[in-house]
Amino acid sequence: MRQTRIISSPRRLEQGQVHLAAAHLHYRQLNALVREAVARGAKHLRLSGVNGQRYLADGLRGDIHLEIEGVPGNDLAAFMDGPCVQVRGNAQDGIGNTMNAGRVVVHGDAGDVVGYGMRGGAIYIRGHAGYRVGIHMKEYGLSRPAIVVGGRTGAFLGEYMAGGLILVLGLGAGERPLVGDFCGTGLHGGLIVIRGQLDRDHLSPHVQAAEAGPGDRDLIGPYLEEFCAHFQLPVGPLAADRYWVLRPASARPYAGKYAL
Amino acid sequence: MFDVTARNIAGCGLCALISETAQAVSGEAIMRAIALLHDRANGMGGGFAAYGIYPHRPDDYALHLMYYRPDSRDQAERLLDEVLQVHLAEPIPTRPTPGVPPGPALWRYFVQPPPGAEPADDYVLSVVMRINSECPGAYVFSSGKNMGAFKALGYAEEVGRFYRLEEYHGHTWIAHGRFPTNTPGWWAGAHPFTLLDWAVVHNGEISSYGTNRRYLEMFGYRCTMQTDTEVVTYLLDLLIRRHHLPLRVAVQALASPFWHQIERLPAPERELATAIRQVYGSALLNGPFAIVFAHAGGLVGLNDRIKLRPLVAARKDDFLYLASEEAAIHVMCPQPDLVWAPEAGEPVIGCLQAARLEEVT
Repeated sequence: MRQTRIISSPRRLEQGQVHLAAAHLHYRQLNALVREAVARGAKHLRLSGVNGQRYLADGLRGDIHLEIEGVPGNDLAAFMDGPCVQVRGNAQDGIGNTMNAGRVVVHGDAGDVVGYGMRGGAIYIRGHAGYRVGIHMKEYGLSRPAIVVGGRTGAFLGEYMAGGLILVLGLGAGERPLVGDFCGTGLHGGLIVIRGQLDRDHLSPHVQAAEAGPGDRDLIGPYLEEFCAHFQLPVGPLAADRYWVLRPASARPYAGKYAL
Repeated sequence: MFDVTARNIAGCGLCALISETAQAVSGEAIMRAIALLHDRANGMGGGFAAYGIYPHRPDDYALHLMYYRPDSRDQAERLLDEVLQVHLAEPIPTRPTPGVPPGPALWRYFVQPPPGAEPADDYVLSVVMRINSECPGAYVFSSGKNMGAFKALGYAEEVGRFYRLEEYHGHTWIAHGRFPTNTPGWWAGAHPFTLLDWAVVHNGEISSYGTNRRYLEMFGYRCTMQTDTEVVTYLLDLLIRRHHLPLRVAVQALASPFWHQIERLPAPERELATAIRQVYGSALLNGPFAIVFAHAGGLVGLNDRIKLRPLVAARKDDFLYLASEEAAIHVMCPQPDLVWAPEAGEPVIGCLQAARLEEVT
């Protein structure tokens, strides 16, 4: 990506709205343009022709809407603190790494390591997600992150999870299991909620599975509603379905492993 | 002071394409795709392999050699003339390219084993091993028929321009941009690693290298490239060409399921998986990897068994595409019919229709 690049200047549409043509821009140039537009007061940014540019919306703060057309590169919305990012396509690996607040809405599939060490806000994925979704997710006080996956996920879902909520809906999963092997390995806080059938072979010994009770259903209700609102789906059938909840079997799954 | 902007956050990039109906495409598409993955590499090696590029000499083994010392070429050519029939010897065409430093002399030879040297592949393999270990400063970096590897120091897209790959047309292309972690960045250490018509590119680390290497040495392979990926190439040659394992069985030996997963399988598959682990335990690749390998009959993408490195696949008509990142696929193919993330240990296989490999399904 060293070739000569054409830098397009932000084109103002209306007050506070900016359109950036991202095709062929290096991620550093594109991110610089985004930051410059935000510094000038842009509230709604549309990025068209995005393909593989990394670190979009990283560390971005405030009440900002970022619309991405194409496939954003790795580490989208890392350390993000407040904005709402809409991805009109698939996303790659590492969305929402250590994200603190805001929304990431992916209208396609997402790659591996979604929400690594996520601390707050929510990620909604319409399609499937990859391996290690929600690894090291955590919560504190009122800051409680959530990841909702419309399809299925790969192995190591919620690995070392310490807080927050992961909800897997299995839409379009067909006959395939909704989660992969080693689900909840090292989990010691937070909840994983899985719709429909549960294959216990995939579960780590570090989780306890139980059918969702009324309290659990109250908890997931608002997330189901927001998921359906983002992707224009009827919430009724999802809300009426059966769910399994995975809770930590212990607050210290590795007690005694490294020290007596 | 530490310069934040000079930080190099990378992790190797790879991409590949195959036309299963053997439509020949120029090197332009694969060079654009690996250029998109520029930031995954650090300029310490880039390379390509292409199949179907020597249609004027399809039955000769095309040997590509690097010569690091002035006398390396004399020594290697003396050996070549002695043990092979050399039909054509020529410098590999290159152009001066910013980013590719001065390096070894590059020559290629179109050769045949002498009459009666059977099997021919084994004979050529032994010649490759002899040159690599007996001719100081000479390295064979490509030895298949109607295919070639092209590699150097630099970023992959620069390496492609250096070798003038836009002038070649092939039905299968693989590419790699290197970020060396544990081993030196040098010309022969760039990917792909090849032997006969096998070519391998790899993102990750083979932590079982020592075990794999000792196992391969028992079968006459000598590891001389100072890089872990080399063993993958030789394992494929041993398991598939010499032991005649079906592709899927060989791949299962490299990335076997865990024992607890084997226990869950229905009886016939369980017995097969158990036998593979018992017989080919020394061929198991440990550590994180995404590899893509190509051969005369097709293209295969494979992840380690817990998917510690990225790999994305796509299909459009008769084309299969593989890459470390989906964005690189869109460069080669803006509107794929299907894009998916392969499961850990589950191979993605593209087969030339004309040369379908035997398969166990």
